[in-house]
Amino acid sequence: MKRVTRVLLGAVAMVGLVVGVAQADPQKAEVFHWWTSGGEAAAVQEFAKAFNAAGGEWVDTAIGGSGSTARPIGINRIIGGDPPAAMQFNTGKQIDELVAQGLIRNLDDIAEKEGWKAALPPAFYEAVTRDGHVIAVPVNNHGQNWVWYNKAVLEKAGIAEPTTWDEFFAAGDKLKAAGIIPVAVGGQPWQLNLMLNAILLSEGGKDLYLKVYKDLDPEAVKSPEFKKVAEIFGKLRDYSDPGNPNRDWNVATGMVISGKAGFQFMGDWAKGEFVLANQVAGKDFGCILGPGQKNFIMGGDVFIFPKLKDEAGTKAQDLLATVMMSKDAQVAFNAKKGSVPVRLDVDNSALDACAKIGVEVLQDPDKQIPAADILASADVVQSLTDVVAEYWANPSMTADAFIEKWNTAVDQAK
Amino acid sequence: MKPRRRKNVASYVALIPAFIIVVFAYLGTMLWTVQISFTDSKLLPSMNFIGIRQYERLFATSRWIISLENMVIFGIGLILVCLVLGFLMAAALDQKIRFENTFRTIFLYPYAMSFIVTGLAWQWILNPTLGVQQYVRNLGWTNFQFDWIVQNDRAIYVVIIAGVWQASGLVMALMLSGLRGIDQELWKAAQIDGIPAWRVYLNIVVPMMRPTIITSVVLLSLAVVRVYDLVIALTGGGPGISSEVPAKFILDYLFGRSNIGLATAASSVLLVIVLVIITPWLYYEYFRPERAKGGK
Repeated sequence: MKRVTRVLLGAVAMVGLVVGVAQADPQKAEVFHWWTSGGEAAAVQEFAKAFNAAGGEWVDTAIGGSGSTARPIGINRIIGGDPPAAMQFNTGKQIDELVAQGLIRNLDDIAEKEGWKAALPPAFYEAVTRDGHVIAVPVNNHGQNWVWYNKAVLEKAGIAEPTTWDEFFAAGDKLKAAGIIPVAVGGQPWQLNLMLNAILLSEGGKDLYLKVYKDLDPEAVKSPEFKKVAEIFGKLRDYSDPGNPNRDWNVATGMVISGKAGFQFMGDWAKGEFVLANQVAGKDFGCILGPGQKNFIMGGDVFIFPKLKDEAGTKAQDLLATVMMSKDAQVAFNAKKGSVPVRLDVDNSALDACAKIGVEVLQDPDKQIPAADILASADVVQSLTDVVAEYWANPSMTADAFIEKWNTAVDQAK
Repeated sequence: MKPRRRKNVASYVALIPAFIIVVFAYLGTMLWTVQISFTDSKLLPSMNFIGIRQYERLFATSRWIISLENMVIFGIGLILVCLVLGFLMAAALDQKIRFENTFRTIFLYPYAMSFIVTGLAWQWILNPTLGVQQYVRNLGWTNFQFDWIVQNDRAIYVVIIAGVWQASGLVMALMLSGLRGIDQELWKAAQIDGIPAWRVYLNIVVPMMRPTIITSVVLLSLAVVRVYDLVIALTGGGPGISSEVPAKFILDYLFGRSNIGLATAASSVLLVIVLVIITPWLYYEYFRPERAKGGK
């Protein structure tokens, strides 16, 4: 009898302990991402702070290196049945197969409750929707088609901000004459690809850009407009320096900051380098979306929420998704990340001069252009970077040969 | 006879775990890789077989062809130069010189460094706007040109230079131990006969060191097939795609480009190449004991 009582008491104590723990436990969510560099880590801390303040407990799983290192680790965990509560991906088609396998939660309820559709640029809303269901939270909007320039250098050479490609090359000639490298190029394939896309959009226009990347239309690539784009890209070889192969993007940005070079084509993360060098947007350095037609190529990151078995975890995911999309967290996170908030309905007064230009352009839905990764598969986009890099590094390759290789690569990879 | 047999059974039983590991972890994953290469797997492995389409795409991709060519150029260059340099360094050290330990350490030191460090150091040395070229130009020779690293058709030779700098020390160490294994009486006999030293090396010592040379070649060949980090740090595969190598191709398609099918097809081709390299070596290893026995 005594023994039975003791066992029962023990059982009660245990149950009490379990229940007690469950009640005291905040909503725990493990967040898997690869933001480890200084500014990025500081940005992601803003999300952690907001989530903890809202009654959650942020468990940080940061994998160093790049997305291509971290992604397979996270994907293996999701497939292996040990998923994190949330995992970072780049906005685009990377998540398609996970969604098709039914491994990802749909967030329709939260999206509807919080009015995501109205708040997001349509292209972003589309990018996180599969078969009519919302399956990811977009967190940042990185503009990819910026041209940065050193204001002092341009002023000294008597150059106004170029608004067309002819003006751009005229400016380049003047810089050359002044002994300055006109364009700081980082000759790594992905950087060259950003440069080509910026030219494609500003010279070829939105329709050509979408035909090339969204429809993967070989005829559009063979058009004279695309050939013009290829020629402008090829011509830029003469406006860069021989040290460009394999140069890192931040080294190229450093050349603009120090006045060794005039311009650089790069996404808005380059701004971080200018800021680190105590330069002010609009005063020390300038930024152009273009030259030519002003559009905004939107890329960025999303978080997906794998299906979890326990209800507590699912609730924590709900909270996390709500927090990440909230206006305050969006502003705080993106200010540190260097990007612009994904929501168009937030207060932008705290942004710098360049981000303001970006936000202004973004108000027009016609100018919100999805990045190539959102439109085409990773295989297609990255196989094309090989072609672009080959063309860049080989001045004897003609634009026609480049166009032919482009179409072959698309044909093989799609 | 009986007890010996029992002992054999026991040792076989003890080997079962190792055997299972070999079958599943090595052979199993290899076969699985080859199998996946015949499917249309993208981000996740699928079992939707599409025949040899991945291989067709592989060999229609100019980057893969360039990678294979570069592997051959890099392989021949690295192995030949390493063998010659390694042998010369070993022969020099074998002259019972002073400070032999110091020299040995210096020659072997690069091998202790990671390829990433080697690559980065050489990248800066060879960069035309930062390194040797700019330095010499600043000294006054303004027409001096040494910019192979940014030349389409030369970049792979820069990879060879950095690779040789790193790996020749290892070859030297192997060769030195081979030279030390040679009977000193042989030198005395040659001296009496009045044969010049270079002829002794060429006609007697080198043939006697065949096993050492084969070991070096096999080790270097495997380094050639696997080369990845050196290229990443040194040229990033550039300018353009002119210094790409197969291992980089595979990793790019496996991770960045989420195309498991094409990546496994490329690794299967690489596997065949490795087999072609090590099969003669295994053959040699299996026949050597018998020859040694026959000699006695």
